[in-house]
Amino acid sequence: MENSTFEIKVPTMAEMAAQGKTPEILFWVGCAGSFDQRAQKITRDICKILQHVGISYAVLGTEESCTGDPAKRAGNEFLFQMQALTNIQVLDSYHIKKIVTGCPHCFNTIKNEYPGLGGNYEVIHHSQLIQQLIDEGKLKAEGGESFKGKRITYHDPCYLGRGNNIYEAPRKALEILDTELVEMKRCKSNGLCCGAGGAQMFKEPEPGKKDINIERIEEVIAINAQVVAAACPFCMTMLSDGVKNKDKEQEITVLDIAEITVRANGL
Amino acid sequence: MIAQVIFIIILATAVYLFAKNAGKVRRNILLGKGINCSDQPAKRWKIMAKVALGQTKMVKRPIAAIMHFFIYVGFIIINLEVLEIMIDGIFGSHRIFSKPLGGLYGLLIGGFELLAILVLIACVVFLSRRNIIRLKRFSGIEMTEWPKSDANYILCIEICLMTFFLTMNAADYKLQLLHFRHYIKAGSFPVSSFIAPLLPNNANSLAFIERLCWWLHITGILAFLNYLPYSKHFHILLAFPNTYYSKLEPKGEFSNMASVTNEVKAMLDPSFIPESPTETIRFGAKDVTDLTWKNLMEAYTCTECGRCTSVCPANITGKLLSPRKIMMDTRDRITEVGNNIDKHGKDYKDDKALLDNYISREELWACTTCNACVEACPVNINPLEIITEMRRYIVMEESKAPASLNNMFGNMENNSAPWKYSNADRMNWTNS
Repeated sequence: MENSTFEIKVPTMAEMAAQGKTPEILFWVGCAGSFDQRAQKITRDICKILQHVGISYAVLGTEESCTGDPAKRAGNEFLFQMQALTNIQVLDSYHIKKIVTGCPHCFNTIKNEYPGLGGNYEVIHHSQLIQQLIDEGKLKAEGGESFKGKRITYHDPCYLGRGNNIYEAPRKALEILDTELVEMKRCKSNGLCCGAGGAQMFKEPEPGKKDINIERIEEVIAINAQVVAAACPFCMTMLSDGVKNKDKEQEITVLDIAEITVRANGL
Repeated sequence: MIAQVIFIIILATAVYLFAKNAGKVRRNILLGKGINCSDQPAKRWKIMAKVALGQTKMVKRPIAAIMHFFIYVGFIIINLEVLEIMIDGIFGSHRIFSKPLGGLYGLLIGGFELLAILVLIACVVFLSRRNIIRLKRFSGIEMTEWPKSDANYILCIEICLMTFFLTMNAADYKLQLLHFRHYIKAGSFPVSSFIAPLLPNNANSLAFIERLCWWLHITGILAFLNYLPYSKHFHILLAFPNTYYSKLEPKGEFSNMASVTNEVKAMLDPSFIPESPTETIRFGAKDVTDLTWKNLMEAYTCTECGRCTSVCPANITGKLLSPRKIMMDTRDRITEVGNNIDKHGKDYKDDKALLDNYISREELWACTTCNACVEACPVNINPLEIITEMRRYIVMEESKAPASLNNMFGNMENNSAPWKYSNADRMNWTNS
């Protein structure tokens, strides 16, 4: 589905610094956004949005390292702080002031847990960036795919929603579409986890009756949504797996807020 | 006169015993590690006013919220009546507030009666939710014999107390109509006037019933007070300090361990000297005394309502984890540690711990850290903090993380990512 006419150019901080330039914002891609095939598409779409509105940005490239989130949630505070202090050194060496992340976990960790270790930055999640751009009139939903008549629902990622009280920003990107936003029974502060947080992404679940992502997808099916909007690469994996498991790939599409924005604007 | 002496003895004994047992709970709580959560007092008072006093987090479940509100308001307001009962009991007076308060007194008593009947109704509804409708929230592996009985005892005691109160008023009302002895016209009885016809017409019998109910009501209240430290009902007191000391940071933020920071800084920079040399402490929590006093206060505040467990994704999908059990286990273990101190002295160590003897590893590893339990708790209890502390112990002290997580740690150390990808490939996403 990717539109290949839009060529993305991604400068690294090292390249920018060599040219004596400072970008407006650092795009913190995250490990999933860098390596996971599905999430890579979202990463490219975030770049397209940044380029489309003319924000000067850069990424750390190979100088980026895991924020340490899964290590911390799993109880490995040593590893977390090693990662954090190393990352803070890199960020500070480039005098980074503002960061946009493509992942609520990276967002939460850098925003909330790095300051205590000496890393102070203004951090936003890409859904907040999209909301700001919509509010400023720089982003609309025109010139691209129409979502008209589609039933769209939004799955709140725990570390964006309950973790940081961000419920409206991602919904803003959906509200400007000419479509019906339907909420699941468990949404916003009552939202049900996708099952990947707390390092669950990297292990098999404990024995139980069913997997958490299946429970969540059943809720999506119950409201007859055709599109599930996500805002987290881990949720993306879990929800997509759930859709596959239920054999609903024809009926339900899982898309990131950034992908929906890119599609609606034909970028 | 004898009645006054007996009353004063009962009152003094009740207050003394309560203070002693509440003191034990306080001592147990303070066995936890120190933590400073007294900053930003203005914000804390506001949270306490909103969450504990205003019960704002209860409204997510409207039926329970309304019924609980009746009992809560009934409890607080009917305490004004208890004040009068205390004074009457000590000085041998009868309805001492009736003269100075005048017309207001009738209004107050009438109000108490309406509240009393609402409390009665709410208790009956709650009992039927637990025992007839059998809401799922009130069952679960941790809801064994005692927690179930505890809940029923509390509701039955409250029903008894309200019944004594209304019967006492009914008898008083009838005696007032008979102009019997000191039963002067005082108060209004919108509820008990309906009970009055059920009572005998003989003035002496009525006076006996009035006195009997008066004594049963007040001794019942004092007995109930002494039941609190042994019961989940202790939440009526601890909800207030517990919400005052709430976590103020965003829910997603986990604490950074200062002891680890020193070691990591020393590792990254050999010339680093920590500001204050840290004592050798255990990383994370194996037993309750490794937790903070706030964690332990939360354990005693928990009223086992099960809102946390009913929204826990792990529990919903049939895993062993139940956040309510985490809190109840913590409370039961710290109580056990406290009892050991009372019996065997403060240096006594039994061979038990919170980990494994109470909370299994399977429970701990099932958590997704989604904060649903924290969000759901009407009194801001945080089961997730205890789970995290115990994971820290398992990982950093025992090195016993599940194998797949150890792989993830290894990847992060070697490739800077939780997966086995080479860091050199980090920009591959640019070549679609």
